[in-house]
Amino acid sequence: MGIDLKIAWRNIWRNRRRSILTILAIAFACLLLVFMLSFQLGSYADMIRFSLRIHTGHLQIKADGYQKDKDIRKVVSDPGAVAEILQAQPGVADYTFRANAFSLLSSHDRTYGVMVSGIDPQREARVTTIKHVIRQGAYLSGGDNNEAIIGNLLAENLKVGAGDEMVLLGQARDGSVAASMLTVTGIFSSGQTDMDRSVALITLDTFDRLYFMRGAVHEVVAVCPALGDVKPAQAAVQKALDGLKTRRHLRVWNWQELIPGLLQGIKIDFFSGIIFYMIMVIVVAFSILNTFLMAVFERTREFGVLLALGVTHGRLTRLLLLESSFLCAVGMVAGITGGALITLYFQQNGIHISGASEILKSYGLPEVLRPRLSWVTIISGPAVVFAVTFLTALYPALRARKLKPAAAMHAA
Amino acid sequence: MYRQLAWRNIWRNPKRTAVILTAVVIGVWSMIFLGGVMAGMYDAMIENQLSALTGHIQIHHPDYRNDPVVEYSINDPAIVANALQRVLPPGAVRADRVRVSAIAQNARHSAGITMVGIQPEKEAEISFIGQAVTEGRFIKNEQDDYGIVIGRALAEDFETKIGKKLILMSQGADGEIQSRAFRIVGIYQAQMQATEKAYVFVSLPAAQDMLKMGNAISEVAVLLPDRGATGQVVSALRERLPQNRYEVAGFRELMPLITAQVELWDTFMILWYVVIFVAMGFGITNTILMAVMERIREFGLVKSLGMRPRQIVALVLMEGSLLLALGILIGNLTGFASIWALAQRGIDLSVFAAGAERFSIPRIIYPTIHMSDVIRANLVVLVLGILVSLYPAIRAARITPVEALTKT
Repeated sequence: MGIDLKIAWRNIWRNRRRSILTILAIAFACLLLVFMLSFQLGSYADMIRFSLRIHTGHLQIKADGYQKDKDIRKVVSDPGAVAEILQAQPGVADYTFRANAFSLLSSHDRTYGVMVSGIDPQREARVTTIKHVIRQGAYLSGGDNNEAIIGNLLAENLKVGAGDEMVLLGQARDGSVAASMLTVTGIFSSGQTDMDRSVALITLDTFDRLYFMRGAVHEVVAVCPALGDVKPAQAAVQKALDGLKTRRHLRVWNWQELIPGLLQGIKIDFFSGIIFYMIMVIVVAFSILNTFLMAVFERTREFGVLLALGVTHGRLTRLLLLESSFLCAVGMVAGITGGALITLYFQQNGIHISGASEILKSYGLPEVLRPRLSWVTIISGPAVVFAVTFLTALYPALRARKLKPAAAMHAA
Repeated sequence: MYRQLAWRNIWRNPKRTAVILTAVVIGVWSMIFLGGVMAGMYDAMIENQLSALTGHIQIHHPDYRNDPVVEYSINDPAIVANALQRVLPPGAVRADRVRVSAIAQNARHSAGITMVGIQPEKEAEISFIGQAVTEGRFIKNEQDDYGIVIGRALAEDFETKIGKKLILMSQGADGEIQSRAFRIVGIYQAQMQATEKAYVFVSLPAAQDMLKMGNAISEVAVLLPDRGATGQVVSALRERLPQNRYEVAGFRELMPLITAQVELWDTFMILWYVVIFVAMGFGITNTILMAVMERIREFGLVKSLGMRPRQIVALVLMEGSLLLALGILIGNLTGFASIWALAQRGIDLSVFAAGAERFSIPRIIYPTIHMSDVIRANLVVLVLGILVSLYPAIRAARITPVEALTKT
């Protein structure tokens, strides 16, 4: 075997130019796949995190029917009991409560319909990133204080800034009118157009009083330590909730159910990416098939001599496959190294697509994209390239099995 | 003579030529085909958006698009109508609208929506709503003061149906909150659920009356017989309408997000062409290089017989070009054929409807052929292909008779 390795290695370099071009083709495919997969998977991770951590969370517990129709009367009436269940769950890292009502918000000269949400400022800050996207003024301080923070687009529409007053008009849980003066303490910019345009946040205590909630909330939002924990946590929490005696049955929703478009959109993008990569790999395969073919056909006489000297057909095939494996291995190492280096560079420095921040925002992506190198992205692309290259090399190698020593030695 | 010589040369080793031809064909096919799918996708996106109340041109108060409120209305529609009359080519249609955000409310539900006051007959020629009413009737031309047409998704959310009441509230021209009770006369269906939830339609006079606007309007939408004439008509209108009082915008400005998205994908497609080309470029160079190296003696011979290096380069380049031309031809034919086959039924993304909607991709994509894309793809392959065959060609030209003799 040792001698075969040596022979194969030397055979490759008998035709330097051809081998280098072949290695470059393989390296190019590997490099591109490592980078592109890191880029795609990195963007997906960002997209999911960005979309979930700003508001949605991983799990939400709501009364039956509330998800479809945000009726203020469909409440979680005993949030304390739900909290106890969540507290006991190792798969739940933290949780917070919210209550929502669609209401009118008026400034001095403008009126808009918005979703008013009551949040627990301390808990909310542990579950979502809203506290960190305040662009002007301050975050909610807590207690029953008629403070509000609103999105930057809504602030523009209403023509208000921090410190200004607004009038809120809505319908309370019991059907009575909920009306109050609110002071804008801060303006947030989440990057999600819907939220920045049509959401106003007040403290849960204020909400409870204005909308006559009597301690009830509409959703309990929970986050898990990792995305992988979501499904098991959901099942466990649902089981515990089913045992709870409440007037309305409570249901746990996971993020895929809460934002169905997110995962599907990612799937569309991923599968279309796969189609593109498969086509590229096939083109590369045909591109290098000639090298393997020629390496066999132009050496017919040589093989005849080897066979006449007693080299078995099996050994000859093995030798040829060894040659192609060497070519492939060198190309893969070069491609993976290059791809990893490029990926790491952009992972550090980020990719700025000039003028595309609005589009990225509409996809739920931050302005700077970062590919993320992982074992999956390093190995999966090149593994496919290796498999396809090996299959490509198999055909000419097997052809060599059919050679008859005498006839081969007489070949031109 | 070169061509004949080159043509015969490439078929001296048919298997090798067939292999590299396959690489070129697959590469070119994928460029044409995927380019066609992408083109079909953004054609549909643009068309959807155009028919979703955009039209080719819109005229507004200069501040309206930033801040779409009743305060920024066109108060003298007659002047605009006059200018349009003079500028619009025959076959163009236009419609006046009131479009403001409002709150819809019934006994149990309320939500933010966009109220659109329309001229039913003209609107039907411009936007999707004319054909979209699937239940009940459309807004009538005259005296439809209380009829309203809403989207199916909104009707479901509101647990309501035809004949029921729906109250709209919005800020009027006087700054006060105005409201009016409408009766649902029709329900429409749109491509995207978001559209069905966002827009409700009433008659233009009803909207003007409710918001106390007099005869003011929010916008004029224009649909031209040919999308390509947009820029021309826009500049003609801008000359006639003072810019400090009217803003005239073409569809590219009206949908900046989709325009930018299409541009981004376009850039991506060019990158993809280059990537595929590089993948086959290695093979092209290698194959021609092999073809040259195994003919060293032949090149040495013709050179010693007096063939100039330049002629040898030309011969090898001709071989490369013929190979490329053949590959491009077959690639184009298969590309067109597969686009045509798929265009009959379209690529159905309904399984991913929610995801497609999130990325504003149409639910069914009908691949189509944009000649400019096809030409671009072919040019990339041909120009770069000849460029990479230059290396083996020059190598062949450098072969000296002595080198050829020493080579067995």
